[in-house]
Parts: sequence; C-alpha cells; structure tokens
Amino acid sequence: MSVNMTLLIVMGVLFAAGIYLLLERSLTRVLLGIILVGNGVNLLILAAGGRSGLAPLYEAGTPAEDYADPLPQALILTAIVITFAVTAFLLAMIYRSWVIARRDELTDDAEDRRVASKDTFDFEEDSEVELETSEFPADIDDEGEGVHTEESRRAAAARVAGERLASELRQASSEESAGTNNKRRNRKAR
Amino acid sequence: MDDLAAIDVAPLAVLLPILGAALAFVLRRHPLAQRTATIGTLCLTLALESWLLVSAWRHGAQAVVIGGWAPPFGISMVVDEFSALMLVVSTAVSLTVLLYATGQGMADGDEDGPISVFHPAYLILVAGVSNAFLAGDLFNLYVGFEILLTASYVLLTLGGTTARIRAGVTYVVVSVVSSILFLLAIGLVYAATGTVNMADLAGKLAEIDPGTQQILHVMLLVAFGVKAAVFPLSFWLPDSYPTAPAPVTAVFAGLLTKVGVYAIIRTETLLFPGGRLNTALLVVALLTMLVGILGALAQADFKRMLSFTLTSHIGYMMFGVATGSAVALAATVYYVAHHIIVQTSLFLVAGLMERRGGTSNVDRLGSLAKLSPVLAVLFFIPAMNLAGIPPFSGFLGKVGLLRGGVDLGTPLAWVLLAGALVTSLLTLLAVARVWNRAFWRRAEDAEDADPILLIAAEEARRPATGTTGVKTQPHRLSGRGDAAVLPPTMVFATGVLVALGVALTIFAGPLFDLADQASQQMLERTPYIEAVLGASETGGGR
Repeated sequence: MSVNMTLLIVMGVLFAAGIYLLLERSLTRVLLGIILVGNGVNLLILAAGGRSGLAPLYEAGTPAEDYADPLPQALILTAIVITFAVTAFLLAMIYRSWVIARRDELTDDAEDRRVASKDTFDFEEDSEVELETSEFPADIDDEGEGVHTEESRRAAAARVAGERLASELRQASSEESAGTNNKRRNRKAR
Repeated sequence: MDDLAAIDVAPLAVLLPILGAALAFVLRRHPLAQRTATIGTLCLTLALESWLLVSAWRHGAQAVVIGGWAPPFGISMVVDEFSALMLVVSTAVSLTVLLYATGQGMADGDEDGPISVFHPAYLILVAGVSNAFLAGDLFNLYVGFEILLTASYVLLTLGGTTARIRAGVTYVVVSVVSSILFLLAIGLVYAATGTVNMADLAGKLAEIDPGTQQILHVMLLVAFGVKAAVFPLSFWLPDSYPTAPAPVTAVFAGLLTKVGVYAIIRTETLLFPGGRLNTALLVVALLTMLVGILGALAQADFKRMLSFTLTSHIGYMMFGVATGSAVALAATVYYVAHHIIVQTSLFLVAGLMERRGGTSNVDRLGSLAKLSPVLAVLFFIPAMNLAGIPPFSGFLGKVGLLRGGVDLGTPLAWVLLAGALVTSLLTLLAVARVWNRAFWRRAEDAEDADPILLIAAEEARRPATGTTGVKTQPHRLSGRGDAAVLPPTMVFATGVLVALGVALTIFAGPLFDLADQASQQMLERTPYIEAVLGASETGGGR
C-alpha cells in the first residue's frame, strides 16, 4: 500500500501544532488545538483507506480494484460532524467562561487548592479530648459538678464556640428561653 | 422462535430513548407531560432490555445486523450476557435517578429556565450508554461514546454557573482528547486490518505483526482508560464531577466510567486475548486503588470524597480484568453491577444530605442521624456496601476478585491482594469518618457548623411547646420539617436504589451464575464471533 507523502506531512504538522496548542492554558488556543488534531485524525483515516479510485457507485463491468474504499470516507464524515458539534459546544462554553470571569484561561479548582493547603491538624481527630475512665459518663457529671479540669475546659471549648454561633442566630427567640437553654446545655457539656 | 424477536428489537434500546428525547424536547413547555414522557420512555426501555437479558441468558450471544448489510461491513449490534446485564442495570439506575431528579425539580419549582433541557439530554445520555453496550464494531462504540459524552457535557454545565463552567471546560477538553485518541486508534486498526467489526477483528488482529498489535492495544487501552478513570488518567474526574447537580453526578458516577470499563473488558477478552499487558494492568490497578483512596481520605467535601472512592474502586475492576481468569472475570462483572448501583445511591444520598444540612462539607455537618433517621439508614447501608462489609454485595464481589488473585498466585498478585484489602479498609475509614461527623456528632461540636443545622438541632431538642426560634424559613429550619426539605419522591428513589443494592446480595446466587456464564462466553470468544459473523440469516433487520 503506497501512502500519499503530502498527506502524511500535512497530518504530521496538524498533529504537532495541535498538541502544542492543547498544552496551552488559554482556552481559545486549546480549542484551536482540538480542531487541528481532529482534522489530523481525519486525514489519518483517509490515508488508512489506501489509494484513491473511482467513486464507489456500482457500475456493471468495472473491476472491484478500481473503486476507492468507501468505508473510511463514511467514518470521516461521521467524525467531522461529531467534531463540529463538540467544537460548537466548546466555543459556547469558552464564551460563557469569558462572560463570567473575563479571562480566557483555565482557572484552578478552589476546593482543590483548599484541600492542598489544609493544616495537618484536624479539629475532629487531633484535638485533645478528656479521657473517659468510667463507662458511665453521667456519674462523672454528678461527682464533678462545678469542678473544672484542664481537659474538660478544652473539650467544652468547642461546644461553647458552636453555641455562640447558635445563640447569635437565635436572636428572634425570646431572651428568656434562650438564656435557660444555654444554662441547661452548659451543664450538659460538662 | 420467540427469542429471535428479542434480538430483533435490540436496536430499540437505542432508538426509544432518542425518540423519547425528541418528544421531551417538543414538550418542554409542559413540564408534567415532559416528565411523564421521559419516565415512560425509560420504563419501556427497561422492559425491553429485561427481555433481552432473559433471551441472552437462555441463548447466549446474539447479533442483529442493521440495514441488511452483511456482517463485517454493516453495523451490527450484539447482545451477550455481559452487555445485557449492563444494559438492564444501567437503565434501572437511570430510571431511579430520573425519579429523584423529578422529585427535586418539583420541590424546587424550576420548571422554566435552562432546566427544561435536562430531560431530553438525560434520555440522549441513556441512548449513548445503550449504544456503547450494544455496539458490535469499534466505530459504533465510538459513536456511542460521543452520544453519551455530548449529552454529559450539557448535563454537567447545566445552568452555566462559574463553578460548573470551570469544571466543564476541564471535563470537555479531557473527554474530547480521549475521543480523538480513540478515533486515532480506530483509524490505525482499520489501516492494519481493513475492518472495524469487533468479531472480525478478533480473528484478523491475531494475524498482524506483534509490534503493531501492541501499539494498537495500548492506544485503545489509553483511550478507554481516560473514560474509565484509571490511575494516571483519572485526575479529571474528582475535579469535574462534584460541581454538577446531585442527580447528574450520581448518574455520571454510576454509568460513564463503567462504559469505559466495559470497553476495556471487551478489548482484553475479545480483541486482544492472552493478556500480554496483564502485568502492566495489574500495576495500574494497584495504583488506581491506592492513589484514589488516599485522595478520598484527604477530602472534606463528601461529594469529592465519593468521586475519589469512585476512581479508587475502578482499580478493583482493573484487577479483575488483569487477572484474566474466568473466576476473576465473573467477579468483575458482578462488581461492575454492584458498583454502578452503590456509587449512584451514595451520590443521591449526598444530594439529600446537602439539602438537609445546607452543605456537603462534612466538617460543617452534624446531628443528621437525629434530624433525619431515614437519611442515616439510607447512607449507612450503601456506605457499608461500598466498604465491603459482609453480607453486602461489595464483600461478595471483592471475595470473588481476591479468589481470582489467589488462583493467579504470582508475587505481584499477592501485592495486589494486600493493596485491595488495604483499599477496602481505607474505604471503611473514609465512610466511617463521614458517618461520625455528619451523622453521629452533635452539630454544636462541629468546627464551623452550618447555622441551619445548629438551629434545626436546637429545635429538635427543645420540647414541642410551639416556640419556634426563627420564623423566616420555617421549612429549612424546623427540626421536624423533614418532609419539606427532603421530598418523598427523592427519598423514595434513593430508597429503591439502596434496596436494589441489597437485592444484589439476596440474588447473588443467580447473579453469579449469570456472571460466570458471561465470563466463560467472553473468554471462549467463539459464541460472540459466531453470533456476529453467522448472523446474516437472522438479520434482515429493520
């Protein structure tokens, strides 16, 4: 099978330029890269079809070898339509991205950055908690009423912080009920 | 001859959703009619595919030729046990997720606006998935991929918000590049063999130069690997999935990566048997499992964590494929079905948690077990299932995979066994952490609890004297307002999917029989090849 040299060179250039553009951070360049590589693939399929020949319309008396292979052409046609649709969609999305952010660039994932920069200290797992020596925490509550150890202070700090936020949000409720509630909960916390 | 009828209507599994999508698009001004049409279409498709499954179970692989072109040239669709099982599971999952989405849409009242495109796009997605499972030639597989991907682009960027556009750009570019790679591989396969029909290729690929074979093999695996989110090619997934609406993420997590896995399994069994790349695949499987689950442990956001466990558990399927024995392959088939259902239900639960607690960040959640016991049950069962706690299906699938690994017995296989066990344990740790934080601890103990939760928890604790704290948002803030925040339809749909996951355990016997039969047929290869190349007399098509 002989291959058309011009086709091969054009294909190589399309792939090289396309891949270079794909690696850019600018979205329009990425789009151009996709278009170029897509066309490079189309040329490759065309080359895969072998030599050129007659249009594949059946005519009595023509030997089979004279026709061109119709299958790759059908494949390319499908591929072109698909690439076209995807390009249109990408273009719309890039425009939307431009409308929102005014930047033609791929932005970082904020949550990803947040996780990456997270402290190794984990509030839930690494904060010091009171060692429970009894199976019945309620007993400690009864005996230790009013006695504050260093540990219990630290353990309760979290709850107090949460409660402060809660009480701020409970402004609409009456001062009276909020007060008694806090007292009751503070006792529980110990 | 009644079974011939079943295979003859196989193309309807693709056509019905596409026609349904057209109908749904026409009905976009009438939300009720649109929902009815969409759900009706999926019900019909599911019934049809169940019929196909029964037929495939009884008679093995069958093929239908479309347009009357003789097999190696025309488009053929093939149904064997594996593809029929995948079809039924995927459509059943799509149907429940659609119910969930409908419930959400009705609760939020988003009839107008860009959401009206949701139903048609969803049906197109289902059509693409069905087409990929049914495709009998590589190019039709490519078209199936493109259909489902294009629909997924639309669904992922629904509404066009900043976060979704950002995630969408990454997702679309990566998907397009992988599709181009696949197309490139198809072009080269055609250049080397002169055919794209998979049954025909099964014979012809063996005749070409081994070096060329290897290049084609690797190219196909890389293209499918991107879609299946296998380790070095998986980083796009946790980046793009979590921002989409809950039902969309759920259906993506369940179906899209599994289509990639399906294609890899077909490549390994039908096109390139003999497992020349198995050692490389085993290493890739190990890395996929470990890197994925370590990523999951670092996440605070529940949806992101789930995305990482998703990529991690793709490693189990790769492990089964790379082991290559009938036992391991059967376990892989079972595991794929299990993972579709469980991962989807967890994403649905994540959506419910977000509605109830106001955030999907587990550091800010708490008290959920008290506020919504139903939600706690719905989370707990699939979570344990995912971690592989007996008697759930995750355990059964993993035992099958591990048995395949033990049978293989090479040092690398033992390393993989250890890796699989560690991954399973770490998965348990990851879901247990979510359980401890979001469900068990009190909202007040959270570092920076969501205000909605704090007040709801407070309301729930206070005796019902009628003194409601804040009256501006009664539904969201009331501790007893479960039904208002969590619409019954959504809870019901999630419940159905969770029950389906449990049913995988109950019907594990027949399912494993089916999986065994499927894996033997795939390894034998002749049933598939004969079904296609000897199918000209059953064809005639439509």
